[in-house]
Amino acid sequence: MSTTTSAPTAVTKSSLGSSLGRNLTLGVSRIKYEVRAYFRQGDSVFFTFLFPVVMLTIFALAFSEQSFGSDDEPLSAAAFYLPGMLAAGLLLSGLQNMAIDIAMERSDGTLKRFAGTPLPIMSYFIGKMGQVFVTGVLQATLVILVASVGFGVELPSEPSKWLTFAWVFVLGVTTSAVLGIALSALPRSGKSATAVVIPIALVLQFISGVYLGFSLLPVWLQNFASIFPLKWMAQGMREVFLPASFEVLEQSESWNLPGVAIATGLWLVFGLIMTRMTFRWIRKDS
Amino acid sequence: MNTTAPVVQVENLLKTYGSFAAVDSVSFEIQRGETFALLGPNGAGKSTTIEILEGYRDRTSGNARVLGIDPGKGGLDWKARLGIVLQSTGESGDVTVREQLTHFAGYYPNPRSVDEVISAVGLDEKAGTLIRKLSGGQRRRVDVALGIIGRPEMLFLDEPTTGFDPEARQQFWQLIRSLKFEGTSILLTTHYLDEAAQLGDRAGVIAGGKMIDIGAIDELGGAEARVPIVRWRAGGVRRDERTDTPGALVASLMVDGTEPAGLEIIRPSLEDIYLKLVADHATASELENAR
Repeated sequence: MSTTTSAPTAVTKSSLGSSLGRNLTLGVSRIKYEVRAYFRQGDSVFFTFLFPVVMLTIFALAFSEQSFGSDDEPLSAAAFYLPGMLAAGLLLSGLQNMAIDIAMERSDGTLKRFAGTPLPIMSYFIGKMGQVFVTGVLQATLVILVASVGFGVELPSEPSKWLTFAWVFVLGVTTSAVLGIALSALPRSGKSATAVVIPIALVLQFISGVYLGFSLLPVWLQNFASIFPLKWMAQGMREVFLPASFEVLEQSESWNLPGVAIATGLWLVFGLIMTRMTFRWIRKDS
Repeated sequence: MNTTAPVVQVENLLKTYGSFAAVDSVSFEIQRGETFALLGPNGAGKSTTIEILEGYRDRTSGNARVLGIDPGKGGLDWKARLGIVLQSTGESGDVTVREQLTHFAGYYPNPRSVDEVISAVGLDEKAGTLIRKLSGGQRRRVDVALGIIGRPEMLFLDEPTTGFDPEARQQFWQLIRSLKFEGTSILLTTHYLDEAAQLGDRAGVIAGGKMIDIGAIDELGGAEARVPIVRWRAGGVRRDERTDTPGALVASLMVDGTEPAGLEIIRPSLEDIYLKLVADHATASELENAR
Protein backbone atom coordinates (compact mmCIF):
# COMPACT_ATOMS: atom_id res chain seq x y z
CA MET A 1 0.00 0.00 0.00
CA SER A 2 1.31 3.44 -0.84
CA THR A 3 2.10 6.04 1.77
CA THR A 4 -0.28 8.61 0.27
CA THR A 5 -3.17 7.00 2.10
CA SER A 6 -3.22 9.40 5.02
CA ALA A 7 -3.38 12.40 2.68
CA PRO A 8 -6.15 14.50 4.26
CA THR A 9 -4.04 15.56 7.24
CA ALA A 10 -4.65 19.22 6.37
CA VAL A 11 -8.24 18.72 7.46
CA THR A 12 -7.33 18.25 11.08
CA LYS A 13 -5.76 21.70 11.31
CA SER A 14 -8.68 23.91 10.35
CA SER A 15 -12.13 23.33 11.72
CA LEU A 16 -14.62 23.25 8.87
CA GLY A 17 -17.59 24.22 11.01
CA SER A 18 -16.32 27.43 12.55
CA SER A 19 -14.94 29.14 9.45
CA LEU A 20 -17.26 31.99 8.47
CA GLY A 21 -15.46 32.42 5.15
CA ARG A 22 -16.11 28.82 4.22
CA ASN A 23 -19.77 29.10 5.28
CA LEU A 24 -20.19 32.14 3.02
CA THR A 25 -18.31 30.67 0.05
CA LEU A 26 -20.40 27.51 0.18
CA GLY A 27 -23.50 29.65 0.73
CA VAL A 28 -22.84 31.52 -2.50
CA SER A 29 -22.23 28.21 -4.27
CA ARG A 30 -25.58 27.00 -2.89
CA ILE A 31 -27.35 30.14 -4.16
CA LYS A 32 -26.14 29.51 -7.73
CA TYR A 33 -27.10 25.86 -7.49
CA GLU A 34 -30.54 26.61 -6.02
CA VAL A 35 -31.44 29.35 -8.53
CA ARG A 36 -30.40 27.15 -11.45
CA ALA A 37 -32.46 24.21 -10.21
CA TYR A 38 -35.43 26.50 -9.45
CA PHE A 39 -35.77 27.72 -13.00
CA ARG A 40 -35.50 24.17 -14.35
CA GLN A 41 -38.62 23.11 -12.47
CA GLY A 42 -41.60 23.90 -14.66
CA ASP A 43 -44.17 23.75 -11.87
CA SER A 44 -42.35 26.08 -9.49
CA VAL A 45 -41.74 28.58 -12.25
CA PHE A 46 -45.44 28.68 -13.02
CA PHE A 47 -47.12 28.42 -9.61
CA THR A 48 -44.59 30.47 -7.69
CA PHE A 49 -42.77 32.71 -10.09
CA LEU A 50 -45.26 33.66 -12.79
CA PHE A 51 -48.45 33.34 -10.73
CA PRO A 52 -48.68 37.01 -9.61
CA VAL A 53 -48.06 38.22 -13.18
CA VAL A 54 -50.71 35.87 -14.51
CA MET A 55 -53.23 36.99 -11.87
CA LEU A 56 -52.45 40.67 -12.44
CA THR A 57 -53.02 40.20 -16.16
CA ILE A 58 -56.31 38.39 -15.61
CA PHE A 59 -57.64 41.08 -13.24
CA ALA A 60 -56.44 43.89 -15.45
CA LEU A 61 -58.15 42.41 -18.52
CA ALA A 62 -61.32 41.21 -16.74
CA PHE A 63 -62.01 44.56 -15.07
CA SER A 64 -60.56 46.79 -17.80
CA GLU A 65 -63.76 48.82 -18.06
CA GLN A 66 -64.10 49.49 -14.33
CA SER A 67 -62.58 52.21 -12.22
CA PHE A 68 -61.46 51.38 -8.71
CA GLY A 69 -60.96 54.98 -7.63
CA SER A 70 -63.26 57.93 -7.08
CA ASP A 71 -64.90 59.98 -9.85
CA ASP A 72 -62.25 62.70 -9.53
CA GLU A 73 -59.39 60.22 -9.29
CA PRO A 74 -60.04 57.13 -11.46
CA LEU A 75 -57.85 54.08 -10.90
CA SER A 76 -57.43 51.18 -13.30
CA ALA A 77 -57.78 47.57 -12.22
CA ALA A 78 -54.08 46.96 -12.89
CA ALA A 79 -53.11 49.87 -10.63
CA PHE A 80 -55.52 48.71 -7.93
CA TYR A 81 -54.24 45.12 -7.93
CA LEU A 82 -50.51 45.87 -8.34
CA PRO A 83 -49.70 46.19 -4.59
CA GLY A 84 -51.68 43.04 -3.77
CA MET A 85 -49.88 41.03 -6.44
CA LEU A 86 -46.50 42.22 -5.16
CA ALA A 87 -47.48 41.11 -1.66
CA ALA A 88 -48.68 37.79 -3.06
CA GLY A 89 -45.28 37.42 -4.72
CA LEU A 90 -43.58 37.83 -1.34
CA LEU A 91 -45.74 35.08 0.10
CA LEU A 92 -45.32 32.72 -2.86
CA SER A 93 -41.57 33.19 -3.39
CA GLY A 94 -40.93 33.01 0.33
CA LEU A 95 -43.38 30.92 2.30
CA GLN A 96 -44.97 28.68 -0.34
CA ASN A 97 -41.72 28.09 -2.22
CA MET A 98 -39.63 27.30 0.89
CA ALA A 99 -42.23 25.19 2.67
CA ILE A 100 -42.79 22.93 -0.34
CA ASP A 101 -39.17 22.90 -1.50
CA ILE A 102 -37.71 21.87 1.86
CA ALA A 103 -40.48 19.35 2.58
CA MET A 104 -39.68 17.73 -0.78
CA GLU A 105 -35.95 17.75 -0.05
CA ARG A 106 -36.63 16.12 3.28
CA SER A 107 -38.69 13.36 1.74
CA ASP A 108 -36.58 12.66 -1.37
CA GLY A 109 -33.42 12.15 0.67
CA THR A 110 -31.62 15.36 -0.33
CA LEU A 111 -31.37 16.54 3.28
CA LYS A 112 -30.25 13.12 4.43
CA ARG A 113 -27.46 13.29 1.88
CA PHE A 114 -26.41 16.74 3.12
CA ALA A 115 -26.39 15.38 6.67
CA GLY A 116 -23.60 13.04 5.61
CA THR A 117 -21.45 15.75 4.03
CA PRO A 118 -19.45 18.60 5.56
CA LEU A 119 -21.98 21.16 4.25
CA PRO A 120 -22.73 23.61 7.09
CA ILE A 121 -26.43 24.19 7.80
CA MET A 122 -25.70 27.93 7.64
CA SER A 123 -24.53 27.61 4.01
CA TYR A 124 -27.67 25.67 3.18
CA PHE A 125 -29.82 28.47 4.60
CA ILE A 126 -27.77 31.15 2.83
CA GLY A 127 -28.50 29.23 -0.37
CA LYS A 128 -32.23 29.10 0.36
CA MET A 129 -32.49 32.77 1.34
CA GLY A 130 -30.42 33.75 -1.69
CA GLN A 131 -32.67 31.76 -3.99
CA VAL A 132 -35.77 33.41 -2.48
CA PHE A 133 -34.18 36.81 -2.79
CA VAL A 134 -33.05 36.42 -6.39
CA THR A 135 -36.33 34.95 -7.59
CA GLY A 136 -38.35 37.40 -5.48
CA VAL A 137 -36.55 40.43 -6.96
CA LEU A 138 -36.96 39.11 -10.52
CA GLN A 139 -40.62 38.38 -9.85
CA ALA A 140 -41.35 41.83 -8.41
CA THR A 141 -39.50 43.46 -11.30
CA LEU A 142 -41.58 41.49 -13.77
CA VAL A 143 -44.87 42.35 -12.04
CA ILE A 144 -44.01 46.05 -11.94
CA LEU A 145 -42.87 46.01 -15.58
CA VAL A 146 -46.01 44.29 -16.80
CA ALA A 147 -48.19 46.71 -14.81
CA SER A 148 -46.32 49.74 -16.07
CA VAL A 149 -45.52 48.82 -19.66
CA GLY A 150 -48.42 46.45 -20.33
CA PHE A 151 -51.23 48.26 -18.54
CA GLY A 152 -49.94 51.83 -18.24
CA VAL A 153 -49.91 51.95 -14.45
CA GLU A 154 -48.25 55.13 -13.24
CA LEU A 155 -45.40 54.33 -10.87
CA PRO A 156 -44.46 56.54 -7.91
CA SER A 157 -41.71 59.05 -8.61
CA GLU A 158 -40.79 60.03 -5.03
CA PRO A 159 -37.64 58.30 -3.75
CA SER A 160 -39.26 57.99 -0.30
CA LYS A 161 -41.92 55.69 -1.79
CA TRP A 162 -39.27 53.45 -3.30
CA LEU A 163 -37.40 53.42 -0.03
CA THR A 164 -40.58 52.16 1.65
CA PHE A 165 -40.94 49.60 -1.13
CA ALA A 166 -37.36 48.42 -0.52
CA TRP A 167 -37.72 47.81 3.20
CA VAL A 168 -41.20 46.30 2.95
CA PHE A 169 -39.87 43.99 0.24
CA VAL A 170 -36.73 42.92 2.12
CA LEU A 171 -38.48 42.49 5.46
CA GLY A 172 -41.47 40.81 3.83
CA VAL A 173 -39.58 38.32 1.70
CA THR A 174 -37.22 37.43 4.56
CA THR A 175 -40.07 36.89 7.02
CA SER A 176 -42.02 34.92 4.46
CA ALA A 177 -39.05 32.67 3.65
CA VAL A 178 -38.21 32.03 7.31
CA LEU A 179 -41.84 31.15 8.04
CA GLY A 180 -41.76 28.83 5.02
CA ILE A 181 -38.71 27.03 6.41
CA ALA A 182 -40.52 26.63 9.74
CA LEU A 183 -43.69 25.46 7.97
CA SER A 184 -41.73 22.83 6.00
CA ALA A 185 -41.64 20.70 9.16
CA LEU A 186 -45.42 20.30 9.02
CA PRO A 187 -46.10 18.06 5.96
CA ARG A 188 -45.51 14.41 6.72
CA SER A 189 -44.29 13.67 3.22
CA GLY A 190 -43.14 15.48 0.10
CA LYS A 191 -46.29 14.42 -1.72
CA SER A 192 -48.55 16.04 0.87
CA ALA A 193 -46.50 19.25 0.96
CA THR A 194 -48.41 21.07 -1.76
CA ALA A 195 -51.73 19.91 -0.29
CA VAL A 196 -50.76 21.31 3.12
CA VAL A 197 -49.04 24.50 2.05
CA ILE A 198 -51.01 25.85 -0.91
CA PRO A 199 -54.38 26.07 0.93
CA ILE A 200 -52.71 27.97 3.78
CA ALA A 201 -51.17 30.40 1.31
CA LEU A 202 -54.41 30.72 -0.66
CA VAL A 203 -56.62 31.46 2.35
CA LEU A 204 -54.11 34.05 3.55
CA GLN A 205 -54.18 35.74 0.15
CA PHE A 206 -57.98 35.94 0.13
CA ILE A 207 -58.32 37.41 3.62
CA SER A 208 -55.32 39.74 3.39
CA GLY A 209 -56.39 42.03 0.58
CA VAL A 210 -54.60 40.37 -2.33
CA TYR A 211 -57.51 39.24 -4.49
CA LEU A 212 -60.34 41.00 -2.64
CA GLY A 213 -60.08 44.67 -1.68
CA PHE A 214 -59.21 44.68 2.02
CA SER A 215 -61.66 47.50 2.81
CA LEU A 216 -64.50 45.37 1.40
CA LEU A 217 -64.01 42.67 4.03
CA PRO A 218 -66.09 42.65 7.25
CA VAL A 219 -64.33 44.17 10.23
CA TRP A 220 -64.04 40.88 12.12
CA LEU A 221 -62.27 39.30 9.14
CA GLN A 222 -59.99 42.32 8.82
CA ASN A 223 -59.10 41.93 12.48
CA PHE A 224 -58.46 38.22 12.04
CA ALA A 225 -56.27 38.80 8.97
CA SER A 226 -54.29 41.38 10.95
CA ILE A 227 -52.88 38.55 13.06
CA PHE A 228 -50.95 37.33 10.00
CA PRO A 229 -48.09 39.08 8.24
CA LEU A 230 -49.46 39.10 4.68
CA LYS A 231 -52.08 41.74 5.50
CA TRP A 232 -49.30 44.04 6.70
CA MET A 233 -47.06 43.41 3.69
CA ALA A 234 -49.98 44.21 1.35
CA GLN A 235 -50.71 47.37 3.35
CA GLY A 236 -47.10 48.48 3.01
CA MET A 237 -47.26 47.91 -0.74
CA ARG A 238 -50.52 49.89 -0.97
CA GLU A 239 -48.80 52.84 0.69
CA VAL A 240 -46.21 52.77 -2.07
CA PHE A 241 -48.42 52.29 -5.13
CA LEU A 242 -51.94 53.61 -4.34
CA PRO A 243 -52.94 57.30 -4.36
CA ALA A 244 -52.95 59.08 -1.00
CA SER A 245 -56.74 59.29 -1.13
CA PHE A 246 -56.92 55.55 -0.44
CA GLU A 247 -55.33 55.95 3.00
CA VAL A 248 -58.70 56.56 4.72
CA LEU A 249 -59.89 53.10 3.59
CA GLU A 250 -57.27 51.40 5.76
CA GLN A 251 -58.20 49.93 9.12
CA SER A 252 -56.95 52.82 11.23
CA GLU A 253 -57.52 55.25 8.35
CA SER A 254 -53.75 55.29 8.08
CA TRP A 255 -51.08 53.34 6.16
CA ASN A 256 -49.58 52.66 9.58
CA LEU A 257 -46.07 51.84 8.33
CA PRO A 258 -44.72 51.38 11.88
CA GLY A 259 -47.43 48.76 12.33
CA VAL A 260 -46.25 47.06 9.12
CA ALA A 261 -42.69 46.95 10.42
CA ILE A 262 -43.63 45.74 13.90
CA ALA A 263 -46.12 43.03 12.86
CA THR A 264 -43.86 41.65 10.12
CA GLY A 265 -40.81 41.88 12.39
CA LEU A 266 -42.56 39.93 15.14
CA TRP A 267 -43.40 37.18 12.67
CA LEU A 268 -39.78 37.16 11.54
CA VAL A 269 -38.60 36.61 15.11
CA PHE A 270 -41.25 33.92 15.62
CA GLY A 271 -40.17 32.19 12.39
CA LEU A 272 -36.51 32.29 13.38
CA ILE A 273 -37.26 30.75 16.78
CA MET A 274 -39.42 28.03 15.23
CA THR A 275 -36.76 27.25 12.62
CA ARG A 276 -34.04 27.11 15.25
CA MET A 277 -36.16 24.72 17.30
CA THR A 278 -37.51 22.45 14.58
CA PHE A 279 -35.04 22.32 11.70
CA ARG A 280 -32.94 19.17 11.50
CA TRP A 281 -31.29 17.58 8.47
CA ILE A 282 -33.12 14.40 9.33
CA ARG A 283 -35.48 13.13 11.95
CA LYS A 284 -33.19 10.64 13.64
CA ASP A 285 -34.62 7.17 13.96
CA SER A 286 -37.54 7.80 11.67
CA MET B 1 -1.82 10.16 13.41
CA ASN B 2 -1.90 6.62 14.63
CA THR B 3 -2.31 4.60 11.46
CA THR B 4 -2.47 1.25 13.21
CA ALA B 5 -5.69 2.00 15.09
CA PRO B 6 -8.78 0.44 13.54
CA VAL B 7 -10.85 2.89 11.46
CA VAL B 8 -14.06 1.36 12.76
CA GLN B 9 -14.50 -0.09 16.23
CA VAL B 10 -17.85 -1.49 17.28
CA GLU B 11 -18.37 -3.11 20.69
CA ASN B 12 -21.61 -4.62 21.93
CA LEU B 13 -23.67 -2.33 19.74
CA LEU B 14 -27.34 -2.37 20.70
CA LYS B 15 -30.22 -0.60 19.01
CA THR B 16 -33.75 -1.22 20.22
CA TYR B 17 -37.07 0.08 18.98
CA GLY B 18 -39.45 -0.60 21.85
CA SER B 19 -38.88 -4.21 22.79
CA PHE B 20 -37.44 -5.09 19.37
CA ALA B 21 -33.67 -5.28 19.08
CA ALA B 22 -32.76 -4.30 15.53
CA VAL B 23 -29.07 -4.64 16.37
CA ASP B 24 -28.13 -6.90 19.26
CA SER B 25 -24.64 -6.89 20.80
CA VAL B 26 -22.79 -6.61 17.52
CA SER B 27 -19.01 -6.23 17.69
CA PHE B 28 -16.44 -5.89 14.93
CA GLU B 29 -13.46 -3.87 13.82
CA ILE B 30 -12.26 -2.64 10.45
CA GLN B 31 -8.55 -2.02 9.99
CA ARG B 32 -7.21 0.85 7.91
CA GLY B 33 -7.26 -0.06 4.24
CA GLU B 34 -9.48 -3.04 4.78
CA THR B 35 -12.76 -3.79 2.99
CA PHE B 36 -15.29 -5.34 5.33
CA ALA B 37 -18.50 -6.82 3.95
CA LEU B 38 -21.60 -6.98 6.10
CA LEU B 39 -23.86 -9.74 4.85
CA GLY B 40 -27.31 -10.75 5.94
CA PRO B 41 -30.93 -11.14 4.89
CA ASN B 42 -33.29 -8.16 4.55
CA GLY B 43 -34.19 -6.70 7.92
CA ALA B 44 -31.22 -8.36 9.61
CA GLY B 45 -29.86 -5.08 10.93
CA LYS B 46 -27.21 -4.29 8.31
CA SER B 47 -28.53 -0.86 7.42
CA THR B 48 -29.27 0.05 11.03
CA THR B 49 -25.67 -0.80 11.91
CA ILE B 50 -24.21 1.16 9.01
CA GLU B 51 -26.48 4.17 9.68
CA ILE B 52 -25.40 4.26 13.33
CA LEU B 53 -21.79 4.38 12.14
CA GLU B 54 -22.62 7.13 9.63
CA GLY B 55 -24.16 9.23 12.40
CA TYR B 56 -27.73 8.96 11.10
CA ARG B 57 -29.07 6.97 14.03
CA ASP B 58 -28.37 7.02 17.73
CA ARG B 59 -27.38 3.78 19.39
CA THR B 60 -29.16 2.48 22.46
CA SER B 61 -25.93 1.27 24.06
CA GLY B 62 -22.52 -0.09 23.28
CA ASN B 63 -19.46 1.57 21.86
CA ALA B 64 -18.82 2.82 18.35
CA ARG B 65 -15.89 4.74 16.93
CA VAL B 66 -15.38 5.73 13.30
CA LEU B 67 -11.96 7.25 12.56
CA GLY B 68 -11.61 7.55 16.32
CA ILE B 69 -14.77 9.65 16.72
CA ASP B 70 -18.11 8.75 18.27
CA PRO B 71 -20.42 8.85 15.21
CA GLY B 72 -23.24 10.30 17.33
CA LYS B 73 -21.09 13.38 17.91
CA GLY B 74 -19.18 13.68 14.63
CA GLY B 75 -18.81 17.22 13.33
CA LEU B 76 -18.09 18.61 9.88
CA ASP B 77 -14.37 17.80 10.07
CA TRP B 78 -15.28 14.18 10.68
CA LYS B 79 -17.86 14.12 7.88
CA ALA B 80 -15.26 15.54 5.48
CA ARG B 81 -13.27 12.31 5.93
CA LEU B 82 -16.23 10.03 5.18
CA GLY B 83 -17.93 8.96 2.00
CA ILE B 84 -21.49 7.75 2.31
CA VAL B 85 -23.53 5.90 -0.29
CA LEU B 86 -26.97 5.40 1.23
CA GLN B 87 -29.25 2.53 0.38
CA SER B 88 -31.89 4.74 -1.21
CA THR B 89 -31.15 7.18 -3.99
CA GLY B 90 -32.09 10.72 -3.08
CA GLU B 91 -32.08 13.23 -5.89
CA SER B 92 -34.11 16.27 -6.73
CA GLY B 93 -32.36 15.92 -10.06
CA ASP B 94 -32.69 19.31 -11.72
CA VAL B 95 -28.95 19.55 -12.20
CA THR B 96 -26.61 17.69 -14.51
CA VAL B 97 -24.21 14.99 -13.37
CA ARG B 98 -21.24 17.32 -13.76
CA GLU B 99 -22.97 20.24 -12.00
CA GLN B 100 -23.90 18.02 -9.07
CA LEU B 101 -20.40 16.61 -8.67
CA THR B 102 -18.69 19.98 -9.10
CA HIS B 103 -21.00 21.45 -6.47
CA PHE B 104 -20.45 18.63 -3.96
CA ALA B 105 -16.70 18.65 -4.58
CA GLY B 106 -16.76 22.18 -3.17
CA TYR B 107 -17.88 20.86 0.23
CA TYR B 108 -14.62 18.96 0.74
CA PRO B 109 -11.14 20.24 1.54
CA ASN B 110 -9.33 17.87 -0.82
CA PRO B 111 -11.74 16.54 -3.44
CA ARG B 112 -11.02 14.26 -6.36
CA SER B 113 -11.13 15.61 -9.91
CA VAL B 114 -14.74 15.76 -11.10
CA ASP B 115 -13.94 14.41 -14.55
CA GLU B 116 -11.95 11.50 -13.14
CA VAL B 117 -14.81 10.52 -10.86
CA ILE B 118 -17.33 10.77 -13.73
CA SER B 119 -15.09 8.47 -15.79
CA ALA B 120 -14.56 6.10 -12.88
CA VAL B 121 -18.31 5.51 -12.54
CA GLY B 122 -18.70 5.26 -16.32
CA LEU B 123 -20.90 8.30 -16.84
CA ASP B 124 -18.73 10.21 -19.34
CA GLU B 125 -21.47 10.25 -21.93
CA LYS B 126 -24.07 11.36 -19.39
CA ALA B 127 -22.01 14.11 -17.73
CA GLY B 128 -24.19 16.85 -19.23
CA THR B 129 -27.52 15.10 -18.64
CA LEU B 130 -29.97 16.13 -15.93
CA ILE B 131 -29.89 13.55 -13.15
CA ARG B 132 -33.66 13.07 -13.25
CA LYS B 133 -33.37 11.93 -16.87
CA LEU B 134 -30.97 9.09 -15.98
CA SER B 135 -31.99 5.46 -15.54
CA GLY B 136 -32.11 3.93 -12.06
CA GLY B 137 -28.74 2.25 -12.44
CA GLN B 138 -27.16 5.45 -13.74
CA ARG B 139 -28.52 7.43 -10.80
CA ARG B 140 -27.04 4.84 -8.50
CA ARG B 141 -23.68 5.53 -10.12
CA VAL B 142 -24.16 9.22 -9.36
CA ASP B 143 -24.69 8.22 -5.71
CA VAL B 144 -21.44 6.30 -5.76
CA ALA B 145 -19.68 9.23 -7.45
CA LEU B 146 -20.94 11.60 -4.74
CA GLY B 147 -19.73 9.15 -2.13
CA ILE B 148 -16.14 9.20 -3.37
CA ILE B 149 -15.82 12.80 -4.65
CA GLY B 150 -14.49 14.01 -1.29
CA ARG B 151 -11.58 11.52 -1.31
CA PRO B 152 -12.86 9.74 1.81
CA GLU B 153 -10.63 7.79 4.18
CA MET B 154 -13.64 5.71 5.15
CA LEU B 155 -16.28 4.77 2.60
CA PHE B 156 -19.69 3.36 3.50
CA LEU B 157 -21.48 1.49 0.73
CA ASP B 158 -25.01 0.33 1.55
CA GLU B 159 -26.08 -2.08 -1.21
CA PRO B 160 -24.29 0.02 -3.81
CA THR B 161 -24.88 -2.09 -6.91
CA THR B 162 -28.64 -2.58 -6.67
CA GLY B 163 -30.04 -2.00 -10.16
CA PHE B 164 -26.69 -2.38 -11.95
CA ASP B 165 -26.40 -4.54 -15.04
CA PRO B 166 -23.59 -7.14 -14.99
CA GLU B 167 -21.24 -4.91 -16.94
CA ALA B 168 -21.82 -1.97 -14.61
CA ARG B 169 -21.16 -4.21 -11.61
CA GLN B 170 -17.85 -5.38 -13.07
CA GLN B 171 -16.93 -1.76 -13.69
CA PHE B 172 -17.95 -0.86 -10.13
CA TRP B 173 -15.81 -3.65 -8.69
CA GLN B 174 -12.87 -2.28 -10.64
CA LEU B 175 -13.52 1.15 -9.15
CA ILE B 176 -13.65 -0.25 -5.60
CA ARG B 177 -10.40 -2.16 -6.19
CA SER B 178 -8.70 1.06 -7.24
CA LEU B 179 -10.03 2.80 -4.10
CA LYS B 180 -8.71 -0.08 -2.01
CA PHE B 181 -5.39 0.27 -3.74
CA GLU B 182 -5.27 3.92 -2.70
CA GLY B 183 -5.83 2.82 0.88
CA THR B 184 -9.52 3.66 1.36
CA SER B 185 -11.18 1.68 4.15
CA ILE B 186 -14.57 0.37 3.12
CA LEU B 187 -17.65 -0.96 4.86
CA LEU B 188 -19.90 -2.66 2.33
CA THR B 189 -23.31 -4.21 2.73
CA THR B 190 -24.57 -6.33 -0.11
CA HIS B 191 -26.97 -9.07 -1.11
CA TYR B 192 -24.59 -10.34 -3.75
CA LEU B 193 -22.28 -12.94 -2.27
CA ASP B 194 -20.05 -12.84 -5.33
CA GLU B 195 -19.63 -9.14 -4.74
CA ALA B 196 -18.53 -9.75 -1.16
CA ALA B 197 -16.18 -12.48 -2.37
CA GLN B 198 -14.72 -10.19 -5.06
CA LEU B 199 -14.21 -7.14 -2.88
CA GLY B 200 -14.18 -8.11 0.77
CA ASP B 201 -11.11 -8.89 2.84
CA ARG B 202 -13.28 -9.98 5.71
CA ALA B 203 -16.99 -10.37 6.19
CA GLY B 204 -19.51 -10.52 8.97
CA VAL B 205 -22.82 -12.32 8.66
CA ILE B 206 -25.63 -10.66 10.53
CA ALA B 207 -29.06 -12.22 11.11
CA GLY B 208 -31.83 -11.20 13.48
CA GLY B 209 -29.64 -8.31 14.65
CA LYS B 210 -26.85 -10.64 15.78
CA MET B 211 -23.43 -11.21 14.27
CA ILE B 212 -23.54 -14.95 13.65
CA ASP B 213 -20.16 -15.28 12.02
CA ILE B 214 -17.19 -13.11 11.21
CA GLY B 215 -13.89 -13.80 9.54
CA ALA B 216 -11.84 -13.74 6.38
CA ILE B 217 -14.05 -14.35 3.34
CA ASP B 218 -12.43 -17.71 2.62
CA GLU B 219 -12.78 -18.83 6.23
CA LEU B 220 -16.40 -17.90 6.81
CA GLY B 221 -18.50 -20.71 8.26
CA GLY B 222 -15.38 -22.56 9.43
CA ALA B 223 -13.30 -25.20 7.69
CA GLU B 224 -16.10 -27.72 8.08
CA ALA B 225 -18.51 -25.70 5.95
CA ARG B 226 -16.06 -25.89 3.07
CA VAL B 227 -15.67 -29.67 3.04
CA PRO B 228 -16.67 -30.89 -0.44
CA ILE B 229 -19.89 -32.83 -0.77
CA VAL B 230 -20.12 -35.97 -2.88
CA ARG B 231 -23.66 -36.61 -4.05
CA TRP B 232 -25.03 -39.65 -5.88
CA ARG B 233 -28.03 -41.93 -6.04
CA ALA B 234 -27.98 -45.46 -4.76
CA GLY B 235 -31.10 -47.59 -5.27
CA GLY B 236 -33.11 -44.48 -6.09
CA VAL B 237 -32.17 -42.77 -2.81
CA ARG B 238 -30.10 -39.56 -2.87
CA ARG B 239 -26.93 -39.79 -0.84
CA ASP B 240 -24.83 -36.83 0.35
CA GLU B 241 -21.48 -37.32 1.96
CA ARG B 242 -19.03 -34.70 3.14
CA THR B 243 -15.43 -35.67 2.76
CA ASP B 244 -12.00 -34.13 2.52
CA THR B 245 -11.07 -36.90 0.09
CA PRO B 246 -13.79 -36.87 -2.56
CA GLY B 247 -11.60 -38.69 -5.06
CA ALA B 248 -11.16 -41.67 -2.73
CA LEU B 249 -14.87 -41.77 -2.01
CA VAL B 250 -15.75 -41.76 -5.70
CA ALA B 251 -13.17 -44.50 -6.30
CA SER B 252 -14.76 -46.58 -3.55
CA LEU B 253 -18.15 -46.14 -5.17
CA MET B 254 -16.70 -47.58 -8.38
CA VAL B 255 -15.36 -50.81 -6.87
CA ASP B 256 -18.09 -52.96 -8.35
CA GLY B 257 -17.55 -51.33 -11.72
CA THR B 258 -20.99 -49.67 -12.04
CA GLU B 259 -21.23 -45.98 -12.63
CA PRO B 260 -23.04 -44.28 -9.67
CA ALA B 261 -26.16 -42.47 -10.81
CA GLY B 262 -26.24 -38.65 -10.66
CA LEU B 263 -22.69 -38.34 -9.35
CA GLU B 264 -21.60 -34.81 -8.35
CA ILE B 265 -18.76 -33.34 -6.35
CA ILE B 266 -19.74 -30.00 -4.89
CA ARG B 267 -17.42 -27.46 -3.34
CA PRO B 268 -19.66 -25.16 -1.27
CA SER B 269 -19.62 -21.62 -2.66
CA LEU B 270 -19.70 -18.57 -0.40
CA GLU B 271 -23.38 -18.43 -1.19
CA ASP B 272 -23.94 -22.01 0.02
CA ILE B 273 -22.00 -21.33 3.20
CA TYR B 274 -23.86 -18.09 3.82
CA LEU B 275 -27.28 -19.64 3.24
CA LYS B 276 -26.45 -22.47 5.62
CA LEU B 277 -25.28 -20.02 8.29
CA VAL B 278 -28.48 -18.00 8.03
CA ALA B 279 -30.68 -21.12 7.94
CA ASP B 280 -28.91 -22.62 10.98
CA HIS B 281 -29.36 -19.35 12.84
CA ALA B 282 -33.07 -19.27 11.97
CA THR B 283 -33.52 -22.83 13.25
CA ALA B 284 -31.59 -22.07 16.42
CA SER B 285 -33.67 -18.98 17.20
CA GLU B 286 -36.88 -20.91 16.56
CA LEU B 287 -35.76 -23.52 19.05
CA GLU B 288 -34.91 -20.77 21.49
CA ASN B 289 -38.31 -19.16 21.07
CA ALA B 290 -40.06 -22.51 21.45
CA ARG B 291 -38.47 -23.03 24.83
